[in-house]
Amino acid sequence: MKVLLSWLREFAPGIDGDPGALSDVLSALGLTVEEMTVTGAMPGGVVLGRVLDLRPHPDADRIQLVDVDDGSGSTLQVCCGAFNMAVGDLVPLARVGTVMPSGLEIARRKLRGQTSEGMCCSEIELDMGADAEGIMILNDRVAADAEPGTPLAEALGLEPDVLWDLEVGANRPDALSVMGVARDLAAGLGVAFEPPDWSTPASGLDISAAVDVEIVDPTLCGRFVGRVLRHAPAGSSPPWMANRLTALGQRPINSIVDISNYVMLELGQPSHTFDLGRVSGAQIRVRRAGDGETIVTLDGQRRILGSGDGVIADGDDDVIGIAGVMGGASTEIDAETTDVLVEMAWWDPPSISRTAKRLNLSSEASTRFRRGADWGYNVERCMNRFVQLAVEQGAEVAPGMIDERGNLPDRRPLRVHTSRVNSLLGTSLSAEAMAGHLGSIGFGADMSDDRAGIDVTIPTWRWDTETETDIAEEVARLHGYENIERTVPTANEAGGLSAYQKDRRLVREVLVGAGCCETQPMPFVAPGALAAVGLAEDGITLSNPVDDSESVLRTSLLPGQLGAVAYNQRHFNGDVRLFEIGHVYLPAPEGQLLPDEREFLAVALSGEEAPAAVAVLDLLAEALALPAVEMRAAVLPGMHPTRSAEVVVAGRVRGAVGEVDPEVLEACGVSGRVAWLQLDLQQVLEGPRTRRRYRPVSKYPPSDVDLAFVVPDGVAAVQVERALRASAGSLLARVELFDSYRGSGVPEGSRSLTYRLRFQAPDRTLTDAEVAEVRQRCIDETSRRTGATLRS
Amino acid sequence: MTEGYEQAYEKAAADAEDRLASAADIDAVADVERELLGRRSRFTEAKRRLGDLDPGERAAAGQRLNAARERVEAAVAAARARLTASGRADRYAAEQLDLTERLPQTAPLRRGHFHPVTQARDRLEDVFVGMGYTVAEGPEVESAWYNFEALNIPDWHPARGSFDTIFVNLGEPEEVMLRSHTSPVQIRIMENRKPPIYVVAPGRTFRADTADATHLPAFNQIEGLAVDRNITMGDLAGTIDEFVRALFGREVKSRLRPSYFPFTEPSAEFDISRPDGSWLELGGCGMVHPNVLSNCGIDPEEWQGFAFGFGIDRLAVMRHEIDDIREFVNNDVRFLSQF
Repeated sequence: MKVLLSWLREFAPGIDGDPGALSDVLSALGLTVEEMTVTGAMPGGVVLGRVLDLRPHPDADRIQLVDVDDGSGSTLQVCCGAFNMAVGDLVPLARVGTVMPSGLEIARRKLRGQTSEGMCCSEIELDMGADAEGIMILNDRVAADAEPGTPLAEALGLEPDVLWDLEVGANRPDALSVMGVARDLAAGLGVAFEPPDWSTPASGLDISAAVDVEIVDPTLCGRFVGRVLRHAPAGSSPPWMANRLTALGQRPINSIVDISNYVMLELGQPSHTFDLGRVSGAQIRVRRAGDGETIVTLDGQRRILGSGDGVIADGDDDVIGIAGVMGGASTEIDAETTDVLVEMAWWDPPSISRTAKRLNLSSEASTRFRRGADWGYNVERCMNRFVQLAVEQGAEVAPGMIDERGNLPDRRPLRVHTSRVNSLLGTSLSAEAMAGHLGSIGFGADMSDDRAGIDVTIPTWRWDTETETDIAEEVARLHGYENIERTVPTANEAGGLSAYQKDRRLVREVLVGAGCCETQPMPFVAPGALAAVGLAEDGITLSNPVDDSESVLRTSLLPGQLGAVAYNQRHFNGDVRLFEIGHVYLPAPEGQLLPDEREFLAVALSGEEAPAAVAVLDLLAEALALPAVEMRAAVLPGMHPTRSAEVVVAGRVRGAVGEVDPEVLEACGVSGRVAWLQLDLQQVLEGPRTRRRYRPVSKYPPSDVDLAFVVPDGVAAVQVERALRASAGSLLARVELFDSYRGSGVPEGSRSLTYRLRFQAPDRTLTDAEVAEVRQRCIDETSRRTGATLRS
Repeated sequence: MTEGYEQAYEKAAADAEDRLASAADIDAVADVERELLGRRSRFTEAKRRLGDLDPGERAAAGQRLNAARERVEAAVAAARARLTASGRADRYAAEQLDLTERLPQTAPLRRGHFHPVTQARDRLEDVFVGMGYTVAEGPEVESAWYNFEALNIPDWHPARGSFDTIFVNLGEPEEVMLRSHTSPVQIRIMENRKPPIYVVAPGRTFRADTADATHLPAFNQIEGLAVDRNITMGDLAGTIDEFVRALFGREVKSRLRPSYFPFTEPSAEFDISRPDGSWLELGGCGMVHPNVLSNCGIDPEEWQGFAFGFGIDRLAVMRHEIDDIREFVNNDVRFLSQF
């Protein structure tokens, strides 16, 4: 909401002082100042000029020569880059010596040999608007008898002023008006708030004989006030009104529309005008639409209505307006119009809200109705203002006012307990102090006999306010948030991270220690992106994605990680080690609304082979004390079919490890190999763990034995290792595969695996005989269990 | 002959001294030691043969032999000491390395990096844990109940539009969405836990914003919630003061300005002071609205609470002076390795 200082002062003349200080008061009241501008400060030297002649510049296409009468008696030649003027036009002329708002000083100069003795100005050059296209044409904006040479500020009726752009919350319907802001600011400054009232003599036939209004649905319309104008004003608004509308961001259109906008901005009440001659039967019926009813709205669009939408219908029961949202084309005011019905109504906010949203039609009016307009005396004040402005511009008004009522909000006085307000705010305000604050913004506040409570009457302009907490907020706002003493609650509980959160940090630390950079790609992917990485294309889709390439929720971290690898390769960063901890969104289980959302971990090592990913898995398994981590060779979607395995933790599949399928890499624009690990982190961390129990370390020397086996390809190394462990028993301190060899001496279809076994007893040095015995047992048992043979 | 023996001892000792003085390495010293002092050395042999001598001669010869032997032992020790010191020096000289000459194969250790947003989030969590809060999390895909209705934002509420919600094709139209704030976690906590409650809830949130230098459709927020018997708005202001100081330093102040959120009342924006005296808006806060407490089965007559929320990404942006937040999701290692 924009407001002008001069306008505020019409409601509270005591508002005064340094604009910056006033901004601070507004912000502290919750009317946050987004921008403050000092306006209307026209530089001295800018005067009204009349265009006497226009000639092409002899040596330049983009400049023309303008002869201007500046009132001095002599004619000035000005070189001008705009071509929107005609002979006789009144334009702003900056004389030589003028310092423009940009800081530029206008000097007499020559442009391609032609003298320029001043400058014709556009809106933006005078800081009067955003229009930079052409020179301002002022013919209609100054008095008919305005003389060239008149200072522009005087000709336009401009005075230095302050314009604030305020951020107004959805709970402040009242503050979407100059009057409402003035009420708050006056209270904040402790000066009087005195809204003017307007009245106008009426003439002619009484309205009650001319129009018939019926509120068919009282839940839709709480109040319908109407008056009739005869000989409504036509043409454009006077300059002072046009200037104010422009300042507040409304483009002046014509007299009747401008009055409607002016009253809405000034007093907060939207209005609608009907060409009464086109309202069938001069009858108005306020009701809900039937499903499928249609209307052509003011913007020329045909709209299909739903059964909840509020409408205004005529004597034939045809819809001629969408209540509080937009009027209909059939009753629009035009040059033929003689009689105008002015409507000011109070609409049920949820009804207006739903209709505006369903039709995607938001306007200044519907914004106010959605937040709750005033339903009290101000409606009459607003109607009086409308009539007064219209009569000033040549209209006549018919006597009488329609004032039909539906269901209005129930706002009986509310008992507010001072102790409850103080305990919520942490203050110790007296009942008098609270009543004082509330009274300053128009709330009725009667102190109860025991001073423990206040009976508060909520003003009709505060539809948002209905509970004690709402009142507490008003008290806090007027008391000043900054005047509330600051304390810190004493929590009797220890804070801390959960075991899961601590473990997740450990996972990150281990991976960063292992040289991996943490990534956070977006969790949505393009349609087809899941299929491109070999996964089922079953991601949940978004209804209104920001971008079509971000319209599917991921079911795996693979697309994002490959995207990151490809991005780094494209930017010549070479091979990278990346990881991510993030959510994936699996299809919702039967009978459940929300997806099966889980936290996954992924590690992508570009330029590395599957064993590198296994090494990372080992590191994590050790750090997290995961029990019985196994790898089961498997063909998995998106993964290299002969270099991948399922990760099994304590008997349950928890992820995959290995390499990404080369075809997937190619499809994603990744070159080289990518070692890959993905775990369902949530299940892993919430699953079983090994307890770390103390085992005494041996003080006796170990004996190391190397054994090389010829192992058929069908037998996994892990099977040999398991056999060794099983046969060696408790004397085995460690077993380590340290060589894998294929070639001469090893039969085709087998490889040689060499293990180093370390034997050690906790209580003695092992004898040669003992070592020899366990060695033989390892050889025999391993051969028996796996078909491996000792390589001689 | 005895005279000859005696002279031979001394000559052998003198020769040994010469050889040891010029010995170039430990092996040469060991040779001398073996020849003269070892088990089958000349001096050992001579000692054995002393028994062949007359008893009168034996004592004198023995003394001279011992003296020679001691001379050689001393010379060996001296040579060894000399050669060990210089050997060590030689070895050090030979092994000299320029540690600034760093080839990739000699510098195989390279740590990774935590994402700057993770670092900001961890820092925040640590500050609040220190203040007695636990950390809660919730799903990123939410229902209208958690994202809006339970938070006192009914379907017709004007504030709904301001969230620019991204909806998901599940359930009825606009029934399921990517959460547009972390506030739904408040509801999930209060539905499942009895007060007193002191939690923060960091996490990813979503708005239909086109990505540019200052916006991303997916970003991170942190939410704070305290519900206890006598929580006041003064407690809210004091708590914000405290974590602002912990995060930004003792000299940074905070202030509250009235604002509006449907789920808190009174509501406020909170700002932090900048060195130039101006204020920077950081987040929103307020006293938990009684309707919100009731929606979660908590009696607002008995319990009061406050809540606050603000952006995590923005803290990382401020801390590192990042001028384009799209880098957060590009995952370029040249960016990530800076933090």
